[in-house]
Amino acid sequence: MSYLDLLTFARGSALNWALIIFSAGVVLRLFEIFGLGRKADLAKPRATTPGSGWRTIFTRSLPVQGMLKRDPVTYIGGYVFHLGLLFAIFFFAPHIEFFRGLTGLVWPGLPPALVDASVVSAIVALVVLLAHRLNNPVKRMLSGFGDYLAWAATLLPLLTGYLAYHHLLVEYTLMLALHLYSVELLLVLLPFTKLFHTFSVFISRWYNGDIFGRKGVAS
Amino acid sequence: MKPSEKPGSVGAGLKQRGVTRREFLEFCTAVTAMLALPPSMAKVMAEAISGARRQSVIWLSFQECTGCTESITRSHSPTLENLIFDLISLDYHHTLQAASGEAAERARASAMKDNEGRYLLIVDGSIPMGNPSYSTIAGISNYDMLVETAKGAAAIVAVGTCATYGGLPKADPNPTGAVSVSDIVKDKPIINVPGCPPIPVVMTGVLAHFLTFGSIPELDDLGRPKSFYGETIHDRCYRRPFYDQGKFAESFDDEAARQGWCLFKLGCKGPVTYNACATAKWNDGTSFPIQSGHGCIGCSEPNFWGAGPLYKALSMPVSANTAMLGGAVAAGAAAGVVITWHNRSNKSAAKMAHDKVTVQELTREEK
Ligand code: SF4
Repeated sequence: MSYLDLLTFARGSALNWALIIFSAGVVLRLFEIFGLGRKADLAKPRATTPGSGWRTIFTRSLPVQGMLKRDPVTYIGGYVFHLGLLFAIFFFAPHIEFFRGLTGLVWPGLPPALVDASVVSAIVALVVLLAHRLNNPVKRMLSGFGDYLAWAATLLPLLTGYLAYHHLLVEYTLMLALHLYSVELLLVLLPFTKLFHTFSVFISRWYNGDIFGRKGVAS
Repeated sequence: MKPSEKPGSVGAGLKQRGVTRREFLEFCTAVTAMLALPPSMAKVMAEAISGARRQSVIWLSFQECTGCTESITRSHSPTLENLIFDLISLDYHHTLQAASGEAAERARASAMKDNEGRYLLIVDGSIPMGNPSYSTIAGISNYDMLVETAKGAAAIVAVGTCATYGGLPKADPNPTGAVSVSDIVKDKPIINVPGCPPIPVVMTGVLAHFLTFGSIPELDDLGRPKSFYGETIHDRCYRRPFYDQGKFAESFDDEAARQGWCLFKLGCKGPVTYNACATAKWNDGTSFPIQSGHGCIGCSEPNFWGAGPLYKALSMPVSANTAMLGGAVAAGAAAGVVITWHNRSNKSAAKMAHDKVTVQELTREEK
């Protein structure tokens, strides 16, 4: 099997299965979460705060006053990583072609140099956050296998993408195939690991905001 | 008498055909550059080739389209017509030779006998293993002819993607069970010169190397001469600065295409294709596909024909589509309904099984 064959398989059957597992898995998990439901809150809401769930989605994305100072690494690292990842996935021209191939949708990309810089920042942020996690006793105690798995599964596509783009380490064809395989691993793991927060984070934020609003707590 | 003046030598043949020493030296200079040899080697090459006896070559054509022969007979100055008659002695090539039928087969047999262990075997086309009768020459199956002729060869040059990797005949579903030369011959040095067709100057370069050094050039993992296949089209593409700046043509005739922007989005496979088109170019160095506005289709890579649609960008999925995703979502939803139903019945079963405790039932533990 030549490197091109590996790449063709990565773009073909392997990708198809990864996408099928990913899409079916995400929908299944959402059904599971929503299907469990919550007991109806029969109490009269303390305050009528329409939209408090939606507001919380945004407000919780900003650090609470004072927290940025108390834990800058987590906050800044978190932002840098998530934004870097977002740019890399959705604004790199070849990736937009990927989405076009899949859905027919197109949008303008960012200059490759900018995407490159955001990928490097995301990788650096991931490494710093891991070091912080290992050095901070509380974070370390809270971390389990799932956290490290999610970390590694997220790092691999970024790293292989960077190496492929810069033609480093191994032949481009092979690195591109490895990049695709690492993305496929991420897709397969996402619905069933902590990586599912990609979808659930906004649901839980909305719920928290809404329920606290009803209880009269500012969100 | 100098070796290059001896009758039967390449030098004598060149002289007879009016090729001047200067012209020949120019050719050698071009070839040494292509082979990444130091410029001083041009003279050595010219001397060595002029003094050598014309190399006996047997050319076998199997499941092919004759495009490789077409390509090679258009190789630039000195053209292969010169090369055939001056550098080598093409003892058998069923498209080009005058003899036919039994006379042709006799030519092959006598070349094999006379030059046992010394002749060069060139093969274009793949070999059908599904059924020997899919392709025969003079009633001899391609497989038998290859095995028989390979036995006494000094080295084999597999020309074109069919002979090197199976090529088009091997494309799914491979109806003839096509295989490459290296799938069959295991005990001879094989130089793979892939391409559909290969660049003529690569062929002449490989021949010149063999004539000069009596050995084959350094090869990569896929058996290709490193000097010609060491870099990708993308590495040497003149549109590369546009790729790096993210400037892409969106269609074959838009303004961006006219400005010479990168053809990645139009399906160019240059980034994963190892060949010398961007530097050696075609038609006497005139141009190459990307220069004439079409993306590289990756024709010199193994199984290129099955490597996804030609006009889909390299980063696009080969076959995944919205319908497939829709199906997966529906399957996920169906599984989700089943799981929800299961969870809910668990929940109500737990509720049913729950014994309520009344205040009366509670007893105070006396201290
Ligand atoms: S046209 Fe093809 S080979 Fe040239 S830079 Fe663009 S992608 Fe690379």
